[in-house]
Amino acid sequence: MCRIGAIKSLDYLHPSQALLLMQSQQKGHDNSGFAMIMHDLGGVFESYKHLPTLSMACTDEGVKLAEDLLHAAGFQRVMQWVPETNPLSGLDIIAMPNYVFETFEYPKQYKHAEQREKEDLLLDIRLKLRALLEENEQGFVYSFWPDVVTLKEIGDPRDIGTYFNLWEADDKFTAKVITAQCRQNTNYDIVRYAAHPFFMQGYTALANGENTFYLKNVEFQRKLHRGYIGFESDSQCFLYTLHYVHRELGWPLKYYKHVMTPLPFDEISGRDDEQQLLAIRQSLAHLEINGPNTIIGVLPDNSMFTCCDAKKLRPVVLGRDERMVVLSSEVCGINEILPDRNWEDDIYPHEREIVAINNDLEVQRWRQ
Amino acid sequence: MEAMKVQNVTPNDLYWKVRYDASRCTLCGSCVATCSFRAIEAKVERRRMVFSESEFPEPKQRFSAVPVIMQVRSIKNYCRGCGSCEKVCPNDAIRPERNPDTRHPVVTRCLGGDSIKRGGRKNLEATSRTLDRIRVGRISQMTDPSLDAQRHTFDLLAPFGRILPPKKLPFSLDDLGQLKTDALTPPVRWIYPVIIGDMSIGALSWRMWEAVAMATAYLNEVCGIPVRMCSGEGGVPVRLLKSRYLKYMILQIASGHFGWNRIVKAMPHMVEDPAGILIKIGQGAKPGDGGLLQANKVAEHIQAIRGVPKADLLSPPNHQGLYSIEESVQKMFLSFNAAFKFRVPVAIKVAASATSVSVYNNLVRDPYNIVGGLFLDGIDGGTGAAHEVSLDHTGHPIVSKLRDCYLAATAQGRQGQIPLWAAGGLGKTGDLAADAFKMIALGANGVFTGKLILQMAGCVGNDQGRCNACNTGLCPVGITTQEPALVHRLDPERVAQNIVNYFLAMDQEFKKLMAPIGNSSLPVGRSDALVATDKGVADKLQIQYVC
Repeated sequence: MCRIGAIKSLDYLHPSQALLLMQSQQKGHDNSGFAMIMHDLGGVFESYKHLPTLSMACTDEGVKLAEDLLHAAGFQRVMQWVPETNPLSGLDIIAMPNYVFETFEYPKQYKHAEQREKEDLLLDIRLKLRALLEENEQGFVYSFWPDVVTLKEIGDPRDIGTYFNLWEADDKFTAKVITAQCRQNTNYDIVRYAAHPFFMQGYTALANGENTFYLKNVEFQRKLHRGYIGFESDSQCFLYTLHYVHRELGWPLKYYKHVMTPLPFDEISGRDDEQQLLAIRQSLAHLEINGPNTIIGVLPDNSMFTCCDAKKLRPVVLGRDERMVVLSSEVCGINEILPDRNWEDDIYPHEREIVAINNDLEVQRWRQ
Repeated sequence: MEAMKVQNVTPNDLYWKVRYDASRCTLCGSCVATCSFRAIEAKVERRRMVFSESEFPEPKQRFSAVPVIMQVRSIKNYCRGCGSCEKVCPNDAIRPERNPDTRHPVVTRCLGGDSIKRGGRKNLEATSRTLDRIRVGRISQMTDPSLDAQRHTFDLLAPFGRILPPKKLPFSLDDLGQLKTDALTPPVRWIYPVIIGDMSIGALSWRMWEAVAMATAYLNEVCGIPVRMCSGEGGVPVRLLKSRYLKYMILQIASGHFGWNRIVKAMPHMVEDPAGILIKIGQGAKPGDGGLLQANKVAEHIQAIRGVPKADLLSPPNHQGLYSIEESVQKMFLSFNAAFKFRVPVAIKVAASATSVSVYNNLVRDPYNIVGGLFLDGIDGGTGAAHEVSLDHTGHPIVSKLRDCYLAATAQGRQGQIPLWAAGGLGKTGDLAADAFKMIALGANGVFTGKLILQMAGCVGNDQGRCNACNTGLCPVGITTQEPALVHRLDPERVAQNIVNYFLAMDQEFKKLMAPIGNSSLPVGRSDALVATDKGVADKLQIQYVC
């Protein structure tokens, strides 16, 4: 079983907070990796919020291949941030030679392009980069999106933190939303792409559980969108469904819950929205999930949410104070970073709700 | 002593020999009265007894005439092995015995000059069933928990009707961020994943048909299990057409259009819509052949319901007005959709065939979104009457064909748009829940079953040539006959009770299959839940091979 955590704050936070959040839950995961996605960036990225940042781990050849492709597509690099690493001996980490965080100006011809057009360009470029670097395993491209960076590595999360100097808080590498997970894939092959959180076009999702409708989801999603690829983990399906329902279909977030864990027929019957819920259940039957799952997601507007499977077979808890909301598989993680909060305000979400946190840290519970 | 006449039919030539023990027989006559095939008769045998009354052999003889029961030596009135004689005999004096040396297939054709007809299903059993080589092998252990079949809730419903792809849903958002529907969408009914399928009121006795209808209503109204029953081709009693129970019936139209005159006339008086319309193109048991109701079953009430004289009723092998899929979509589907003002789903039933995927592709790509289901019927399906050569040698197994269609849909991202319903020998071993569940995991939305329903009612026919006389109108248990004396053997209320109980048991068993794989809704297409113990089956169905 893995553990997941997420922090949403009014202030910029350093990822050491995420490490702390996850460390106390380490008995519940196997310390086989660390992955995080940061939205709403501060520090060195704060002035570049409107420009896409590439997050990538690769070989030297990989850097060259990627930069050539980006330049050929008309992207101009405007900023580069290289994390200082501590390659101490004895650290449990399978490090890549380079960790690239580069911010680019859009190609000139996109200067007046519609937002949607730019977003599709970024996706296509990421897919091309991924395909290019996949040959001979030259590297892994995690995200290429404005105001978002991703870091994933295989090894002990504490050592990964040490390697990247993440235990030392500073104000260069910060964000207001950080999602993290401390385990490599154990059901399937260990590859970097299989580690949560997963990202696509502004959406982040991470999950704790086992999606037993994985095959159904995969078979359907493969034909839904060119970006739905990989499927190294059964939890990627949650991201793609989120992207499909919220972005492609343009439905409000609450319908994500109706798609993933539809209400039983006898509960649908007689509701005002019976007709719509039945149609959703019918047309999106293959996006339904089953098995034990808790999902944490982040939307392009940096709002955050969590929801569970229909039987609530995996835990999650929300803790908060005035400046921060934390989601975590186990409450001990929240105790680490919010020890003085009012515990009575903690929320243990149930199987039929989405708990959503907006940018003012207002927490809403939407009953399905 | 007479010379032996080689060509004379003897019990040795027939499928069944009647074993009779005169010493136990009380000559009550029950067996002869019961045998609907007239395959046994009371006769008098001449007996000779040699005896001696002295201390030394001084043989004497005595002749006597003894009344006995004898097997009729005829290819017309021959024993079908139904065992009714054995059932009624108070003394166990008589029973049929299978004759492995039968010459019946040859003798019957030689003497009759006509193809052999019978009911039942394929009687050639060369190999074990595909479904028996598949197990539900992906059990929730540690990575995810199994569910509790008794305690958890399960959603056991399947769609019947055309399902739109998500981007074609006519939704928009209102001011409150709620989705609203801006246009009509095709009707879809969520029903139990086992349809009682399609046996006509001519093929079945009125008591049997009524019993099935009663069971269907009871399952819906008392048990809360939304089972639907398909009428078969041959109409529906007007009283039912005008009743509120019509909502549980799927009306079938086949190439003979039997019964539709009455259905159309009843439409203005209907208080409920039917559950659906099923256009029958073909049937798994006799693919490429139309329905066949022999004259001896066309009783007066059948004549009335169908509007026909007493004659052999043969539905043509195809719908005479249709020449292509495109045309059928435009003409038949549109007219039936329109007839019920687009409130009733319209589906199609075809025999499984090497061409089924092409048929499915054509339907799923039709731009009008009006085909509400593909019912695929495999070679092991049953029938009331067919030519034996069709039953045994034509058709296509259902398992791989259903899978082919599902995978074709998956390759196009169209799975679920036309629900797939499968049949043809499902429940043959008596265990329909397991068969249905495996078919669902392979991609079926649900299954339909006919023969098994008859067996629930007391049908003694089997796939080793027992009985299979549904075509004769002499069904010994009153199920497929219109002969009043035979029909009265059947107690419709007990039949309904059996059907209801079977469905209740099956419902439990579905849950016992869903719980260990940790699923609370039907795992349509979850082929990863299955494993095969046969490499060929595993490869063909694209599931995991285990040994």
